[in-house]
Amino acid sequence: MKNIWTIAKREYDNYFNGPLAYVVMLAVILPLSIYFSLLLFYAQQQALFSGGIVPEIGTVNGLFAFLMIFLSPALTMRLLSDEARMGTLELMLTAPIRDAELVVGKWLGSMLFALTLLGVTLIFPIVLNNFVEPNIDWLAVISSYLGLILLFATMLALGVGISAIFTNQFAAFFVTLGVVFFLYFLIGLPASLLPQSGEVLNYLSINNHFDQMNSGVVTLGGIVYYLSLIAFGLFTGTTAIEIRRWR
Amino acid sequence: MIKVSGLTKDYGARRAIHNLNFDAQQGEIVGFLGPNGAGKTTTMRILTGYMPPSDGEALVAGYDVVEESLEVRKRVGYLPESVPLYHDMAVFDYLKYMGELRHIPNVDDRVDEALDMVGLYDRANGYIGNLSKGMKQRVGLAQALLHRPEVLILDEPTIGLDPGQVVEVRELIREIGKERTVLLSTHLLNEAQNLCDRVLIINKGKIVAEDTTENLQARLLGAERVVVRVRGEADELASSIKSVKGVRKVETLEDGGVEFEFASGKDLRPEVARKVIKDGYDLLELRPLGMSLEEIFLELTSNESKR
Repeated sequence: MKNIWTIAKREYDNYFNGPLAYVVMLAVILPLSIYFSLLLFYAQQQALFSGGIVPEIGTVNGLFAFLMIFLSPALTMRLLSDEARMGTLELMLTAPIRDAELVVGKWLGSMLFALTLLGVTLIFPIVLNNFVEPNIDWLAVISSYLGLILLFATMLALGVGISAIFTNQFAAFFVTLGVVFFLYFLIGLPASLLPQSGEVLNYLSINNHFDQMNSGVVTLGGIVYYLSLIAFGLFTGTTAIEIRRWR
Repeated sequence: MIKVSGLTKDYGARRAIHNLNFDAQQGEIVGFLGPNGAGKTTTMRILTGYMPPSDGEALVAGYDVVEESLEVRKRVGYLPESVPLYHDMAVFDYLKYMGELRHIPNVDDRVDEALDMVGLYDRANGYIGNLSKGMKQRVGLAQALLHRPEVLILDEPTIGLDPGQVVEVRELIREIGKERTVLLSTHLLNEAQNLCDRVLIINKGKIVAEDTTENLQARLLGAERVVVRVRGEADELASSIKSVKGVRKVETLEDGGVEFEFASGKDLRPEVARKVIKDGYDLLELRPLGMSLEEIFLELTSNESKR
């Protein structure tokens, strides 16, 4: 466990050594802030004329999830591919750490960064709460954030797994983007056309599970789905590293 | 400390090393010599737990490199040939990171100690990416020494260093080799000659010779060779030397000297010197030619190729 934490801490710090952390933060915070302000403005206008509706934090988090489809591959692309390219993988593989600890440590490092981003966006429900009497539905907020955490953890685990396969970080980026895009948008599309297997395809869609949690519905099936994909991503990464040893 | 038996590694259809057998004791510096692609790095990577062998067995500090890989890795310090480092980290941070992965107690002090050993104490806060090649090499060495390993495996440890640093690093290795086991690969034969207690010569994945440098020389020589230089014609000198009993293989050299050979054990230099002076030459030089490790190496590896 200690090794995982040591690796995660280094990866987390490493994001801030280059421009990546700041670029990703800007790419998230800026659009979300603008979108949130517009929502507030729209709700205020509505309230002036008719009773109005309370804006929901899920709307903002929906955009956050969409942005992370493109940003999470950027966070994971070099985690293991760059170690292979720079030769530092040889250091890691001859240090007394297990291959799985290396992969999980890398994933946890990226996850800590994603959690930092999530932490910053907590400002939105807090601000929103100030405008709503008596207060907003905090359980719905928690459900929405749980959805985001599981969604990001899944996308990052898949990204780390794919990064372990490639030596070129851009290859890792595009393949991760492709896989995440497929799971988010494409896999659920044929569901309406195929009555028999539609349910299965719907279950496999990341988007469906996130939408449920984002609207306040936490299901065991959803949590199991995310945890399985996280395990699959990390297992793929560990296997890819082991294959490198045998090659 | 290191015991290798029947070690074999295949990369697909290509056999990188074939049935290697050797050992190294505590307090011994063993040199691994061989041309590029001979299998030195492959062997070292197996010993450090980086990759498993296809066949055979290797024990390091009493642990099997495949079955007890983590135990082996705890006890080995390794400097890979390409000296991989995290260029975006400061020297101190990098060493601390590697130390934390090895669970070293008082890691800050130990990093200072390692930096002191390799003479990089004043660069501790500099970024690795900004260091010269020689300094990076020393950071790599500090990383290998950090946890005071029982076995040190160094792949080309002095490559890229300037002559002053080479001397320092060799001194350091010699110091470490007094108590611990050092296996180092090099293609610099004089390095093996003046640093190693024992040399393994490896070619095309097989060990072609294993002995102390002195014994290797003696084994291959079988005869002693001497160069003579005088003021005057080399051809005439050659015929004069030829007439000394026991001298064989007399050759004139391009630079005006004469080289001859005699059976080892019976030194003919005094006889040759007297003869040359008696014949009226001014003797300028009479020098024995030891067979260098270079020549031994070439002889062994070319013999192997012919086979």
